[in-house]
Amino acid sequence: MYKVYEIKQRVFADNDREAEKVREELKKEKTFLLNLMSSPGSGKTTVLGRTISRLKEDLKIGVMEADIDSAVDADTISRTGVKVIQLHTGGMCHLDADMTRQGLQELGTEDVDLAILENVGNLVCPAEFDTGAVKNAMILSVPEGDDKPLKYPLMFKVCHCLLINKTDVLPYFDFDIDACIERALRLNPEMKIIPVSAKTGEGMEEWYRWLREQTEQWIGKKENL
Amino acid sequence: MHELGIIVHITKTLTGVAEENRLSEIASVTLEVGEVSSIVPEYMTDCWKYYREKFPLIKNAELRIEMMPAVTYCESCGKTYPTVEYGRQCPHCRSWETYLLTGNECSIREIEAK
Repeated sequence: MYKVYEIKQRVFADNDREAEKVREELKKEKTFLLNLMSSPGSGKTTVLGRTISRLKEDLKIGVMEADIDSAVDADTISRTGVKVIQLHTGGMCHLDADMTRQGLQELGTEDVDLAILENVGNLVCPAEFDTGAVKNAMILSVPEGDDKPLKYPLMFKVCHCLLINKTDVLPYFDFDIDACIERALRLNPEMKIIPVSAKTGEGMEEWYRWLREQTEQWIGKKENL
Repeated sequence: MHELGIIVHITKTLTGVAEENRLSEIASVTLEVGEVSSIVPEYMTDCWKYYREKFPLIKNAELRIEMMPAVTYCESCGKTYPTVEYGRQCPHCRSWETYLLTGNECSIREIEAK
């Protein structure tokens, strides 16, 4: 005969515990992990490429590219000369803490100050799973529309920084940047919002500053920063 | 499609529970899913049917999903209201100072097993 067993456990509970372990490990290793999220085509790889070029003299950088399949992004990023590995999620639309831990092992964190995880392009699923990253950042690009905070509230709630990318095409789109910022702040008043154009470089200095500060706070001050 | 990822985590938890209680077969799994948890019950059931085949422990287990209503609390007027109908703005006093009380759940309530 079958018996009823009361479980009463949140489905994400084991992932949350795993994520805390990843953070403890990162703290010990003095590695800052940024989880970068966005929808497909928001310019994530371009932002990443510029960021690496600007910061790689000061910080030792490692990148984990997560994709359902293919290694297109990893190939692009490897041209910047930093350590990069490709993670395949095997059909899954996000990374969880366990996959991140395996990725960090493969990447090797002992000589990495700043590790960046480029999550699967998607505004829904990656928000649900804590990867163990120290901070989350997201990119929203102008062509996607200013209503995205209304449609994907959880993503805006879990991110510490929002880059509004492709500001160079603002004149051609019906994108109300003030409304977008207001909607994002309503969901997450603590969020740092930086309008940028990864193509022209506009606004990018502020982003680099934010990322350096966050990294420094976590791993301790670097002499050459 | 984060439903599959959720199913993977549920299976992990169930495997642990089965080891602890020396269970060999699970007949049903009951989940509590919030109305605004962004989980689609139909997708959950489909993913479950696909994924359970891989594990003898849950091979014949039925997935039952109980939807939990979403309720928002207004800090300005102290009233509650149904979230799905009115969203973030309080229908009583028009305030935006509101937060979700329930409706974001995704948990395993109970299983039937031997």
